[in-house]
Amino acid sequence: MENKFINQSSLKIWSRLGMRATFGMVALELGNTSKNLMVLTGDVSTSAGLDRFKKKFPDKYLDVGIAEQNMIGIGAGLASEGFDVFTTTFAPFQTTRCCEQIKVNLGYMKQKICMVGLASGLVLGTLGYTHCCIEDLGILRSIPNLTIISPADSGETVKSVLASLKNKNSVYIRLTGGANNDQIYKEDYDFEIGKSITLQEGRDIAIFATGTMVKVALDCSNILKKKDILAEVINMHTIKPIDVEKINKCANKFKMIASIEEHNIVGGLGSAIAERLSIIKNSPEQVFFGINDTYSDGGEYNFLKEKFNLTADAIAKKIITKFNN
Amino acid sequence: MKDNNEISKIKKLAKQIRINILKMSLVAGASSSHFGGALSTVEILATLYNSVLKFDVKKPLWNERDRFILSKGHGCLGFYSVLCEMGYFNKEDLNLFEKNGSFLLGHPVINKKKGIEFSNGSLGMGLSLAVGVAIAGKKNKKNYKVFVLIGDGECNEGSIWEAAMSAAHFKLNNLTAIIDNNSLQQTGSNEEIMSTKNLPEKWKSFNWDVKKIDGHNVEHILNSLKSTSERPKLIVAKTIKGKGFNFSENNNDWHHKIMSKTQYEEALLELENGK
Repeated sequence: MENKFINQSSLKIWSRLGMRATFGMVALELGNTSKNLMVLTGDVSTSAGLDRFKKKFPDKYLDVGIAEQNMIGIGAGLASEGFDVFTTTFAPFQTTRCCEQIKVNLGYMKQKICMVGLASGLVLGTLGYTHCCIEDLGILRSIPNLTIISPADSGETVKSVLASLKNKNSVYIRLTGGANNDQIYKEDYDFEIGKSITLQEGRDIAIFATGTMVKVALDCSNILKKKDILAEVINMHTIKPIDVEKINKCANKFKMIASIEEHNIVGGLGSAIAERLSIIKNSPEQVFFGINDTYSDGGEYNFLKEKFNLTADAIAKKIITKFNN
Repeated sequence: MKDNNEISKIKKLAKQIRINILKMSLVAGASSSHFGGALSTVEILATLYNSVLKFDVKKPLWNERDRFILSKGHGCLGFYSVLCEMGYFNKEDLNLFEKNGSFLLGHPVINKKKGIEFSNGSLGMGLSLAVGVAIAGKKNKKNYKVFVLIGDGECNEGSIWEAAMSAAHFKLNNLTAIIDNNSLQQTGSNEEIMSTKNLPEKWKSFNWDVKKIDGHNVEHILNSLKSTSERPKLIVAKTIKGKGFNFSENNNDWHHKIMSKTQYEEALLELENGK
């Protein structure tokens, strides 16, 4: 299915739709091919792009109402009987609301389901921090037997969903950004859970980024280039298991490492990298870009990204200062 | 009138379960065990495993087996005892209760080959699993039934009510829940800690088919479990925490307590004298 489904034109369309609607598209495709598919939602079918899916595959679709703890339990029960289960709701309700169910059913008991966290990070900033999600990576990373993926664009969302189906452990797919998200990949490519993708080779520093911040990292590297700082840009699409090999290589090669994420600087991508760097002798300095462990005033997506210096300009500025000192 | 042989067989099994519970409680030693809330489930478990559940110990993963989930996972002494009597493991294995590295911990750990469908212990979660398994049964066109045993204190958990609402919504007539209504929870009575008054009415209003029975009367249990329904069925089984022994009946000190050798022998004698 993958080769037929993913091509230059579909990648372009998906990027216009954004990650959420793209999830709906891939679910629709899976509905045709996967016999044991069950897609669950907690009264957010439209937000998850599932309107067409629920009409076309009513037998493979289950709305459990606004009851996310129950959704994970029902999903685990279905998984134990051989179903390929996806659960979908907004990221805070997909993760923090049902943390205990995730820990016991998916982590401890290893019932395998794929959770899709919609609109994670800051994109719902006008709705306040009940709907933003800056904690999911940190919380889920501490639960054994979970895989965590944060795709860089809509095409990678499709790749993540397909790879998750084949993954042994339960997976959390963290979707960030809104509609019209920036396209990182213009054509099909190899995607493997746990194996980061180097988008650009560098000489001086390494920038690890995840989700929508991959595009910011690429833009940032262009600014740095003008100052003769050549940055290696790495798409860290898998947060767990983290690509230790790549971190080791970068620790040897570069004198500075930056991490960029739409997440609290506590517990997310930066922390995962730091945990590795800290056991390497004479490891390079790490600069963290993310939300600085705070709940700020709410506001539009771009307003919040600027507030937390999650823009190419702000990041480049800080890196230049640090690098030249 | 039920077959007297069947009733007496269940009662005999119940007695053996109590003996096993005593042994494991003694084996647990200083690590202590959840004694009272296991004893209140004994007749329910004996009836289920003797007369109601379809299973094959030789083929534990048999697809058509009925699924039993002990949502009140701390009641595992009774559960392990009945699994042992059914032949899922040996009598000697009961000595492993709560020992280092054992498969018989103080809360069940998923082990389908040994008859344990899921890990339990975090309260309020078994009914959601049961709903998932019951939906799967319907989707897969299987005839198995799903039984889940929950505690009355466990009904304090909001997730129980999420699951209860969904079971009725999805019309799961292949699902039976049993509430071990012993009226006591860890640190006091239901009334003191969190009132569970009118449990049957609460579940009726969630559109379950509700039966209220004496949870130690084997004939009542058997009839209620065997009755058919077009809706998910709830059996509110009025029970006695610590049932079977003078020192533990309705004595909440025995929720989780160390069993002494003297108490063990006293209890064994009480059982043998046929109380």
